[in-house]
Amino acid sequence: MVKSKTTQTGDLDLSVYREEAAEHPQLDDLSQISPEDQKVLLMTGVDPMGKERSGSFFQKDHSVIHCTANFEGAEIMSASEARKKYHGLTEYWGKAVPVDKDIYTKRAEEHQEHGYYVRSLPGAQVYYPLQACLYLTEDRLAQDVHNIIIAEEGSSLNLITGCATAPGVRSGLHVGVSEFYVKKGATVSFTMIHNWAEEMAVRPRSAVIVEEGGKFISNYVCLVPARDLQMYPTAILKGKGAVATFNSVLLAKPGSYMDVGSRVILQQEGCRAEIIARTVSTGGTIISRGHLRGEHRGIKAHLECKGLLLSDTGVIHAIPELEGTTSDLEMSHEAAVGKIAQEEVEYLMARGLSEQEATALIIKGFLSLDIVGLPPSLKKDLEHLIEQTEEEAL
Amino acid sequence: MKAEPLLEIKNLHVSIGEKEIIKGLHLTINHGEIHAIFGPNGSGKTTLLNALMGFSGYEITGEILFRGKKMTRLPINERAEMGIGMSFQRPPAIRGLQLRKLIEASTERNGDLIEKYAKALNLIDFLNREVNVGFSGGEIKRAELLQLLIQDPDLILLDEPESGVDIDNIVLIGEYTNQLLGRRVERGKRKTMKEQHREKLKSGLIITHTGHILEYIDADIGHILMEGRFACQANPREMFRTLKECGFNECYRCFRKEEAHG
Repeated sequence: MVKSKTTQTGDLDLSVYREEAAEHPQLDDLSQISPEDQKVLLMTGVDPMGKERSGSFFQKDHSVIHCTANFEGAEIMSASEARKKYHGLTEYWGKAVPVDKDIYTKRAEEHQEHGYYVRSLPGAQVYYPLQACLYLTEDRLAQDVHNIIIAEEGSSLNLITGCATAPGVRSGLHVGVSEFYVKKGATVSFTMIHNWAEEMAVRPRSAVIVEEGGKFISNYVCLVPARDLQMYPTAILKGKGAVATFNSVLLAKPGSYMDVGSRVILQQEGCRAEIIARTVSTGGTIISRGHLRGEHRGIKAHLECKGLLLSDTGVIHAIPELEGTTSDLEMSHEAAVGKIAQEEVEYLMARGLSEQEATALIIKGFLSLDIVGLPPSLKKDLEHLIEQTEEEAL
Repeated sequence: MKAEPLLEIKNLHVSIGEKEIIKGLHLTINHGEIHAIFGPNGSGKTTLLNALMGFSGYEITGEILFRGKKMTRLPINERAEMGIGMSFQRPPAIRGLQLRKLIEASTERNGDLIEKYAKALNLIDFLNREVNVGFSGGEIKRAELLQLLIQDPDLILLDEPESGVDIDNIVLIGEYTNQLLGRRVERGKRKTMKEQHREKLKSGLIITHTGHILEYIDADIGHILMEGRFACQANPREMFRTLKECGFNECYRCFRKEEAHG
């Protein structure tokens, strides 16, 4: 299938996926899950012991099997439960991501099986992250979730989401609608780690609304890619001085197709945005998009797409877009696609490293984005995770 | 019996593409000797060091022997493992790789040593910085020295160790280059200074345009490199003095005269 590069297209045949999943029993404690599953969770930043976490949500196929909040200032529960509790969440549901946006958002509305609802109360500083895991354990199953994340005025929230397939699962469909509401003066740091089976199709559909003085930071890590991944999260900076940052780290292996971008629309005075994508292909295709739209005077935004192409069969297509609709704004981009600089490899070899060791160190460095807004311990975990996954990948 | 030379270069020719840069060069460095090579820009100084280290992009004929072993075709890292280390004039910056991680990856020596030398070279804060990213001239040179001190090679190739370095840095760099070359022995230890000297002494090949580094390092033999050939061999301090007074013009005059006489 030839896919258009200018816009994201290429609808999947959704009829091949199964809709019904077995119900899974509840767990009192995440540590009760099997050691194999625990290993997968750790690789997505989810701590089965819930250590240094303000709360945990765990959805296995279509069942929420565990949910706890350990911090008074934060709520975490199934999105379906939250709708029952809070009058359908009408203020939020479908307001950032329209239900009829595309076939996936429509599908998520029709088939929705949970997803999580996370909210930080006004002024609450949720220091330890909340963690949510969306886990697929049955082959050819479709999982459709809808997530709502709300940071009330002046609060700060840290959320880690791990999405993964269990060992032995080869294919499946994951559709995830996520709507973020960052209210006045609030901060949301959202880290998402994907760890997929080779035949998975993945369609996240996310949007973020940021109010005055709000700050949204997204870190997306996908080093174990799916066959077909397509996403283009969009942040709308609605209030004065709102800020958005998107960091993405992607690795495509032979057979994987990743069409991933980030978009920020800057609508008010003093808004700022930064999009940084680092991509590596060892044979797969990556379309690395970025779009900044400046609608107000004096806004500042920067976009960076850098790709390392390590194989002649791989493709990296960087598509940075800058769109200004008024004068007196400052937007820039930097895009580069290439191979590893020989000079760098030889420099490290002169220190006694073999060519392979030197190459691995350089790639590691290239992918180790300085992930902001995370507690130091988690940052360390994540660095370790990147190292581990890469060693396996290369 | 005469000891085997550490490095022997026999009739070395080095070309970049069609252009021959080094045109038949002979050099022997014995254990413990420090050689300095002076030469105008474009004379082939850096090319010589790069060819010795084994970098790509150079066509090489002739022979390079290290401890009697041919290394003309060996990969860079094997040369490093044999005991050759190089301080780069303009090393590349490597994003995302911390200096500490690079040093740890390239050595099995313990971490205390890294801290010790980093402290001595005022580089403690730099250990967590990305390799050479945003480093000043002096910082680059000190970071190169730190890496070499941990690597502890037997033959040290120094490419313009004083270039881009301010006066405060050059004293420090001179001091620790001496340490690297095994020129700093301490009195009062169990072993005599002579014994220590014999054990620690390393060999060096220093390339210098200005020669200022020789105010801090005692080189044993000086060479003038002109148009890819050694034009002259003498006491390095005298060479430096002459160069300070007359520049390379005097060397050119001498070189032409000798060439004319065959």
